[in-house]
Amino acid sequence: MADAKIKVKALNFYYGKFQALKNVKLEIPEREITAIIGPSGCGKSTLLRCFNRMNDLVSGVRIEGEVVVDGEDIYCPSVDLVHLRKKVGMVFQRPNPFPLSIFDNIAYGPSIHHFASRKQFPEIVERSLKAVGLWNDLKDRLRDLALTLSGEQQQRLCIARLLAVEADILLMDEPCSALDPIATERIEELMRELRKKYTIVIVTHNMQQAARVSSRAAYFYLGELIEYGSTQRLFTRPLRRETEDYITGRFG
Amino acid sequence: MKLGNAQVEQKIVFFFLFLSTLIILIPVILVLIVIISRGSSVLNWAFLTAMPRMGMRSGGIFPTIVGTFYLVAGTLVFALPIGIFSAIYLSEYSKRNLLTRIIELAIVNLAGVPSVVYGLFGLGLFVVFLKFGASILAGSLTLAVMVLPVIITASREALQSVPRSFREVSYSLGATKWQTIRYAVLPHALPGILTGTILSVSRAAGETAPILFTVAAFYLPRLPQSIFDQAMALPYHLYVLSTQVPNVRLELQYGTALVLVGLIVIANLVAVIIRSYFRAKKQW
Repeated sequence: MADAKIKVKALNFYYGKFQALKNVKLEIPEREITAIIGPSGCGKSTLLRCFNRMNDLVSGVRIEGEVVVDGEDIYCPSVDLVHLRKKVGMVFQRPNPFPLSIFDNIAYGPSIHHFASRKQFPEIVERSLKAVGLWNDLKDRLRDLALTLSGEQQQRLCIARLLAVEADILLMDEPCSALDPIATERIEELMRELRKKYTIVIVTHNMQQAARVSSRAAYFYLGELIEYGSTQRLFTRPLRRETEDYITGRFG
Repeated sequence: MKLGNAQVEQKIVFFFLFLSTLIILIPVILVLIVIISRGSSVLNWAFLTAMPRMGMRSGGIFPTIVGTFYLVAGTLVFALPIGIFSAIYLSEYSKRNLLTRIIELAIVNLAGVPSVVYGLFGLGLFVVFLKFGASILAGSLTLAVMVLPVIITASREALQSVPRSFREVSYSLGATKWQTIRYAVLPHALPGILTGTILSVSRAAGETAPILFTVAAFYLPRLPQSIFDQAMALPYHLYVLSTQVPNVRLELQYGTALVLVGLIVIANLVAVIIRSYFRAKKQW
């Protein structure tokens, strides 16, 4: 894959003495949805958090190998973390808007990065909310507290917050696990819509979800990448026995 | 019948728990009743705004109220920034190591030092060594040192009660550590910090020992003109009226006590209101 957006090269990751990722090699294509699946504790969230260096916040971690985003090794000491995290946004498991207004939640990123004047904020807010399909519902209540929204709307707002800082990779860490099935379906629809402009990496417990939204899937077990390929192939003709056991629900 | 015994036991326990709670209330209520019934007769506008007369045996207590306000303001000026900054450092920046442990231990111990020791410390350091003399400056600094550990502890707790997810989101949006603290943590900790600060400072406003050697004047014919002047203060004035001046009317003493308690109650009410206002808004 010559045009890979994210390239992981021989990545080892340790929490103290515990090795959470073992020699992972992976290439994630641009403008597609890549799903990372596997049972709890297999290292899939850890891997996702390597892509925007959120693991840096945890003490006692050690990393070996390379993660290359847009041709740049993000673990190189000269890397600007602010720039990296602007580009590589993250959606968390629980919707986590700040206890501020809808408007201020989206304006948070632009205001800390000073890349727009305050006069442009309404425009940015509108564009971001439109992109996640919230504008029509919320345009008259932008000053309401974001926490008054439904779980689904909150999660959409969190995605809009990333679009406002002009992220182009969206990391989603089980973005629907706190949502009901209908809300889940609608978020999945949004993901398919966003795929046209953004590179999306989703960690999910839910195999149906991976099958529904992703074009490529990676199966992890105990920190190792067991199998990686097109989602359709992986789910219909898995090459490895372990993958088959997991996706058919025989274990995990 | 075993069940019956358990029920009886439960009732007895509840009764004693309730009784203990009631016992806490009794002194509070008694103090208030005594002070109000004996002191309210002298309480009027003139009492609050006039200078004392006839060797403080009549007239008002205006300069003592002013002095106490100056001291409270001075205490806040010194203690609030230092308290908040060090709480931020301890809560957000410091690593868990020996130095941090020692600092934490020091804070806990400082909070337990008797107020008269602070008074002597203030006398030694601010009044004598730094040559501020007995002055509002020296008194405020002494009170500030005394309330600092309480403000730091309250502020740290407020900072640490801000959910981790706020910090995570902020970092994930590319904010620096300071931006995260400034915009995603501090605003949500501020109500807790303010409440803790008001409670601790109002406690300090009623203290006599720390101001005894550092600022309090027995009697001053005029209001303090600068921070290097001595000042009269409510708690010390009350002490003076009760023990140092012969033939003071009882009502005057109780009236002074009433004003002191009233001011502290008002300050605490403000703290409670701030807390409940923000608690109603807070939804995480």
